[in-house]
Amino acid sequence: MSVQVTNPSDGEVKPEFWRWQENCWCDETRDWRDAKVITVGIDVGSVSSQCVIVADGELYAYNSMRTGNNSPDSASNAFKGVELKTGLTLNDVHMVVGTGYGRVNVPFSHKAITEIACHARGANYMGGNAVRTILDMGGQDCKAIHCDEKGKVTNFLMNDKCAAGTGRGMEVISDLMQIPIAEIGARSFDVEEEPDAVSSICVVFAKSEALGLLKAGWSKNKVVAAYCQAMAERVVSLLERIGVEEGFFITGGIAKNPGVVKRIEKLLGIQAVSTKIDSQIAGALGAALFAQTLVQKQGPCKPMALAA
Amino acid sequence: MIANYGYKDGSGEYYISIDTDKCISCTAGRACLTTCPKGMFESMVDDYDDEVVCVKTAFRRTLAYDCADCKPSTGRVDLPCVAACTPQAIKHSW
Repeated sequence: MSVQVTNPSDGEVKPEFWRWQENCWCDETRDWRDAKVITVGIDVGSVSSQCVIVADGELYAYNSMRTGNNSPDSASNAFKGVELKTGLTLNDVHMVVGTGYGRVNVPFSHKAITEIACHARGANYMGGNAVRTILDMGGQDCKAIHCDEKGKVTNFLMNDKCAAGTGRGMEVISDLMQIPIAEIGARSFDVEEEPDAVSSICVVFAKSEALGLLKAGWSKNKVVAAYCQAMAERVVSLLERIGVEEGFFITGGIAKNPGVVKRIEKLLGIQAVSTKIDSQIAGALGAALFAQTLVQKQGPCKPMALAA
Repeated sequence: MIANYGYKDGSGEYYISIDTDKCISCTAGRACLTTCPKGMFESMVDDYDDEVVCVKTAFRRTLAYDCADCKPSTGRVDLPCVAACTPQAIKHSW
């Protein structure tokens, strides 16, 4: 289903096909008050922001939402979501680590760590210590990471020059095709034969190519199949540069799109490790786990104030 | 760790790879910082608290153009950054 948004100027209700589901989760079987060490990871990405609470080294709660128009507010809002859900405040937290595109602008973080290291650490937790190759398909960039059994990065490559192979590219196609973003993956398989990929080099080219294909009589499903294939080809070329090993894990919003994931698996000839944890929180989870290690090494930090 | 800085676009793949394990114990006195005519390298402390060299953010999306002066189509000699890095930590993909 698409999200309905009301335009404040004229009251018109319009569907926004690109909007993905924000969500907030808490482990109801545990109480954070029983934990000795509580750490927070905040991932302020270009498209989404996440806050993850780790209690005694285990995932306890998270909030995943769309990034607003400035990083400090996005970080604060992400934390407020879990604060509301769990009753935990910054005074109860022993350390906060910020990551992502807006990591240096998280007002209440004690340290900033790059999203590359945090995604590797998060994927190591989510997929187990057999994970070696990680593909993070973020909102406006794409990262190929190789790590060791402890989740330490051994090789990485990032492409943030264009939106091809990123979540934002998928949002553009979703809006263009007027297909809710959560349905794109399933619909891309509802085709009689697998089409050739559209341009994998540029989203603007891919968009105009997609329009041309619609005019040529292609069904919407066939066009999104061609786009999913293009995205898969794009990221596979990045992965091949760092070398792909078994223990392949995908993080980021696109990991929820089977249309892209299955095509990547087919191109690589290996299956991605599955997880029940939301793939979008990998960066924030890694940041919280880094904070956990730092608390064990250095002791807890003094709480910092949430932005007004 | 191998850190790849650069991008892939319609014209090709442009990456400068830095092997940080070789970079940490630099025996060349971080010569790359001063040898590059455009000053594209800088020193940083990475996520694992090691002091290493990286490509400055401002150059990471324009490497094909920024490195062009050191890569003439004919009569090419060793790249200054690669030659200065005696631990052989720096590599270019193109």
